[in-house]
Amino acid sequence: MTEKIVELPEPGLRSEPMLLNLGPQHPATHGVLRLICELDGETVLKVTPDIGFLHSSFEKLGEYRTWNQIVPLTDRMDYLAPLMYNCVYVMAVEKLMGLEVTERCKVVRVLCMEMERIFSHLLWLGTTAIDVGAFTPFLYAFQERERIYKLHESFTGARITTSATRVGGMMSDFPDGWTDSLRDFVKTFPKTLDEIDSLLTTNGIHLGRTLDIGVISGEDAINCGFTGPNLRASGVDYDLRKDKPYYDYETYDFDVPIGENGDCYDRYLLRMEEMRQSLRILDQALERLPDGPINVADPRVSLPSKTDCMNDMESMIHHFKLITEGIMVPAGDCYFAIEGSKGELGMYLVSDGGEKPVRWRIRPPSFVNLSVIAKLAEGHLVSDLIMINASLDIVLGEIDR
Amino acid sequence: MMDESGSAFDAVEQGPETSEGGTTTPRAPAGDPSGHPSVAALQTRFGSAILHHEVQSGDQHVLFVDATRNREVLEWLRDDPEQRYDLLVDVTAVDYGDGKPLQVVYQLWSIGHKRALRLKCELPLDGLSIDSVVGLWETANWLEREVYDLFGIEFKDHPDLRRILMPQNYAEGHPLRKDFPLRGRFSRAEQTRRALSQDYHDDYTPEALEVGGAPGLAPPEPEHAADETEDTP
Repeated sequence: MTEKIVELPEPGLRSEPMLLNLGPQHPATHGVLRLICELDGETVLKVTPDIGFLHSSFEKLGEYRTWNQIVPLTDRMDYLAPLMYNCVYVMAVEKLMGLEVTERCKVVRVLCMEMERIFSHLLWLGTTAIDVGAFTPFLYAFQERERIYKLHESFTGARITTSATRVGGMMSDFPDGWTDSLRDFVKTFPKTLDEIDSLLTTNGIHLGRTLDIGVISGEDAINCGFTGPNLRASGVDYDLRKDKPYYDYETYDFDVPIGENGDCYDRYLLRMEEMRQSLRILDQALERLPDGPINVADPRVSLPSKTDCMNDMESMIHHFKLITEGIMVPAGDCYFAIEGSKGELGMYLVSDGGEKPVRWRIRPPSFVNLSVIAKLAEGHLVSDLIMINASLDIVLGEIDR
Repeated sequence: MMDESGSAFDAVEQGPETSEGGTTTPRAPAGDPSGHPSVAALQTRFGSAILHHEVQSGDQHVLFVDATRNREVLEWLRDDPEQRYDLLVDVTAVDYGDGKPLQVVYQLWSIGHKRALRLKCELPLDGLSIDSVVGLWETANWLEREVYDLFGIEFKDHPDLRRILMPQNYAEGHPLRKDFPLRGRFSRAEQTRRALSQDYHDDYTPEALEVGGAPGLAPPEPEHAADETEDTP
């Protein structure tokens, strides 16, 4: 401890490090995160994050639920991008079962996932701006988020707890006119984005708060497990949509923005650009959205039609077994990851061939990204710590799970 | 859609079984088991340390590694220019129950070569200890803490092996183990009592408590000692 004691110029006076407890109930920690800071004046000497306040043991709960019953747990983890979590979970189960979903379902899920990327980035944008004192972008961003909430609601009936996917397809197809509403959003949202852009990107205060703050090199970023926009801001070209494509992402025309400096400003620029690229993908996906069934016709997962159930015995038994026992997933294990809004979002499933998983593990991007905050914040001011924390784009529901 | 109905129920029957060995899928044929370039390289270099190789879910290569040599193998995988698995995606564990050994699972990804590899180390229930890889990847710090917290696997040479998601004073064991009941080991009343009786020692690390000798944060003194200090002027 002695080496941390700072000698003041005036003889006889000494200062000592101070302990500052930030959170868990503090709006700038973006959730129930507690940061125990050791300060020298206003300079951060050390940060110790304390997490677990939202721990709900989803992974344990999953072991007591059938494969489809887990879907509602997934959107409670990242309530900022619920549909994305719904999608990745069932995609992993389908991978384990060797199930190929229909073409329409693929495009529908791409639409959902890219919409959620914007949805999540908008919350990040608004709250980050408000953390550095810019109130207007927060209002603009939340106005746009509200439109996506409405899209959620008309599609799934819920604003946050969407639970829209099922193994082998979706809960339902898009309602009539839904794609038109989304198309309208895709068309009008760039205007708001440009407005926010003009408010922040060249704003002197915003630049001063973000440039050269929380810098991490590409090599360190990889070593620390950064993924997603945080990693790309450090100049590492790693995007699962390009490097390990799923759902025909290789056929969509979009760019992956790469940063240079790995500071808060690059992370900001990157997410702004990612929203624009997501709009491009949405545009193309809306164009190519094929007709046809949304649920796969595979008897392992899909129910027989009502008419069949009423008319032949086998269909009724089949229906009964699927409903009462749940679907059976072949024994084995599977790791499946997508490019989530916050980084590499993976699901690791272990099955013994039964109706429940032996192990359901979420590879949590926010959890890994947050673990780096101590390294990033060291030597910065407390106010910069707030900016660094915001720039990592964390969601505590998924960190604590 | 209905054309398949003749064979449809066969598939229902087959469902669970076909996956043995992971080559179940009706779509792309499973990758050649020897197709992964790292597997052969590892087998020639480490020989007996590579216990077993399997392909899961069509194209996912899983290697079972001798648990005493995990660090050595992972270090080579990270540094060898032909392998360069520079991103440690995930560290987790699996408990199959029934006294079966616990598996520690490492998910690796090579950014340069765009390749994935899964390593597993099996630990018997009476020897839940394995070398930490925090020295290789900083990201392992929290991931291993989480495995320690939820599975009770000890990581040797880990710099800060504390509970991370559960409270520091949690005494009911390790929740993700199969022998752990869903509601916990203690009664509801005992759980409530414990939750209410937490003090700051459970939340602050000993180092944090030492910072600046913050007043009011020193460990509580016995009551009679407090009386004595009050008497002194």
